[in-house]
Amino acid sequence: MAFKGAIVVDIEKCKGCSVCVVNCPTQTIALAKKVNSKGYPYSYMENPDNCTGCGNCATVCPDSVITVYRVKI
Amino acid sequence: MDIKDIIKPENLVYSKSKVLTDTVMHYCPGCSHGVVHKILAEVIEEMGIQDKTIGVSPVGCAVFAYKYINIDWQQAAHGRAPALATATKRLYPDKYVVAYQGDGDLASIGTAEIMHACNRGENIVVIFINNAIYGMTGGQMAPTTLLGMKTATTPYGRRADLNGYPLKITELIAQLEGTCYVTRQSVQNPGSVRKAKKAIRKAFENSALKKGTSFVEIVSACNSNWKMTPVQANKWMEENMFPFYPLGDIKDR
Amino acid sequence: MAEKLLKKGNEAIALAAIRYGADGYFGYPITPQSEVMETLMEEMPWETTGMVVLQAESETSSINMLYGGACCGKKVMTSSSSPGISLMCEGMSYMAGAELPCLVVDVIRGGPGLGTIQPAQGDYFQAVKGGGHGDYKIIVLAPASVQEMYDFVGLGFDLAFKYRNPVMILSDGAIGQMMEKVELREPVRRLTNQEIAEKYGHWATLGKPASRNGNIISSLSLAASEMEAINLRLQAKYQKMRENEVRFEKNMCEDAEYMLVAFGSSARICEGTLEKARSKGIRMGLLRPITLFPFPEKAIQEMLSQLKGIMSVELNAGQMVEDVRLAVNGAVPVEFYGRMGGSLFSPEEVFEAFAKKFNL
Repeated sequence: MAFKGAIVVDIEKCKGCSVCVVNCPTQTIALAKKVNSKGYPYSYMENPDNCTGCGNCATVCPDSVITVYRVKI
Repeated sequence: MDIKDIIKPENLVYSKSKVLTDTVMHYCPGCSHGVVHKILAEVIEEMGIQDKTIGVSPVGCAVFAYKYINIDWQQAAHGRAPALATATKRLYPDKYVVAYQGDGDLASIGTAEIMHACNRGENIVVIFINNAIYGMTGGQMAPTTLLGMKTATTPYGRRADLNGYPLKITELIAQLEGTCYVTRQSVQNPGSVRKAKKAIRKAFENSALKKGTSFVEIVSACNSNWKMTPVQANKWMEENMFPFYPLGDIKDR
Repeated sequence: MAEKLLKKGNEAIALAAIRYGADGYFGYPITPQSEVMETLMEEMPWETTGMVVLQAESETSSINMLYGGACCGKKVMTSSSSPGISLMCEGMSYMAGAELPCLVVDVIRGGPGLGTIQPAQGDYFQAVKGGGHGDYKIIVLAPASVQEMYDFVGLGFDLAFKYRNPVMILSDGAIGQMMEKVELREPVRRLTNQEIAEKYGHWATLGKPASRNGNIISSLSLAASEMEAINLRLQAKYQKMRENEVRFEKNMCEDAEYMLVAFGSSARICEGTLEKARSKGIRMGLLRPITLFPFPEKAIQEMLSQLKGIMSVELNAGQMVEDVRLAVNGAVPVEFYGRMGGSLFSPEEVFEAFAKKFNL
């Protein structure tokens, strides 16, 4: 069974720590070139097609800024 | 498939625990505290005990834990959280009481309180964040600082002849008859977070079963005071902390 | 008819704790007050009223157990003696800062340091002027009899909850150890958890119902403006204590030309001095402060127009005399007589000192 996923990042609360980036098994996530109002580069789906909605990024996120969605395909 | 078709309420698989408040945490980017707060909140939510849980926050970085987890909180004097937790649990045996402490709080100034609370077998949960450094005060040596580790008060590295040895307090606590569950966990990757969450859940369940004190150490990273990036700090922790502070259950009965 | 027993002051504290519906006692042994916890352990109130009694690992831990218990809206208390109270001062500062009610009994011994186990009153400053850090006050009750040891447990709890503030019974080794008749008052039952939730649920940490956010009990506020506002609120509360809670006793003051001021054991000894002075035709009175904070300064000031002099009599090097002098503000001469280190004075000794200081 295959899954397709997507994440929503609470950009203003993201501190750009990168822990989600290195824990993403599908290289979906990267830090944005832009920064939020606090000056942090925030995480986003650089390669959204890769996302399987596994939730690893949200599991390790210290600031609970990632919401995960997933569908079976 | 378009992203808009995936991001729908019926496809939601993970969102922030409702037991967490919306307040942005004051912790540095990548700090382990945030992850531990999250899994603590998730355990409280999943067990349905938000109305029965009383937290005791320490002095140290986690002093403001009360801003982030929406339960009743007592903010203790430095090192004394187990004393507050003891009285609270004895006066309200049907509540869940969790003391959340760092290494300076628990393993230095509060050694008497934690040892005796554990030795009495108080039916409380203790969460012990060990990042081998004083965070809030700016990176001074902690009792758990590794030999050779540079801190603000060991600028040339911790030396046994000058500073004594890093304290494996969790192993000491496992020796006490009053403890039922003593474990060492970490939260730097998804697998470890899931294991740590299971450990915290078990600790709360033990509390309800009146089995004694449950003690969960989380070996943590303090990237700011270690002067590394969050990712580097997690790697350094795996390479340097884990050999001295090995993960796993030390006691489970 | 109320039951009357012959009891030590320390035992009276323990019996009163149970009968005034205390929820918890947390303490650590130290002479000369160990009978408080010993009596409680003998009485086993957990079998009757449900009161928790726990021997802690230190006085530091005891006071922090009080902090935890008080956070839960429970009537909690401890007892100790001078060196132990020194350890508790940190906790009392935190409890005053977090506005938590508790009762602390200090059965003073001679100091400084480990000092002696004999009675003294050298902890007046510690109790009345703070002891711990920051601008805080606690209500201090000074019993002069075993009956007052008993009664002030009830009064102390009432005041602690009225103001959400620590209250101290400042006793000494003499009152703690001496045996006297004590009349047991009508017992007050402990509040149920439901009653506590109704009375104190808006601030206490009892577990958060869905209807409100978590209650937070803390003395921390990093913003200077917030911390100043907290301090101003606390000071306003202490002012209310000064206005409403002053307690004292006057003895033969109506026609007095000279007045002794003494509390606790000293006041009892001074009763003998009073008799001696009166037998010699000296119109002497005695004012006994029962609350040391708030201090009965108005009661002293009201006497000034008829007085030629005041002598403060204390078992220390002269502590309360500073508050007497502040109240008198130079209007009449204020002298001091005291002994230290666990030595008591006799009524005659006090009279001789008085006669010498006022050339009588």
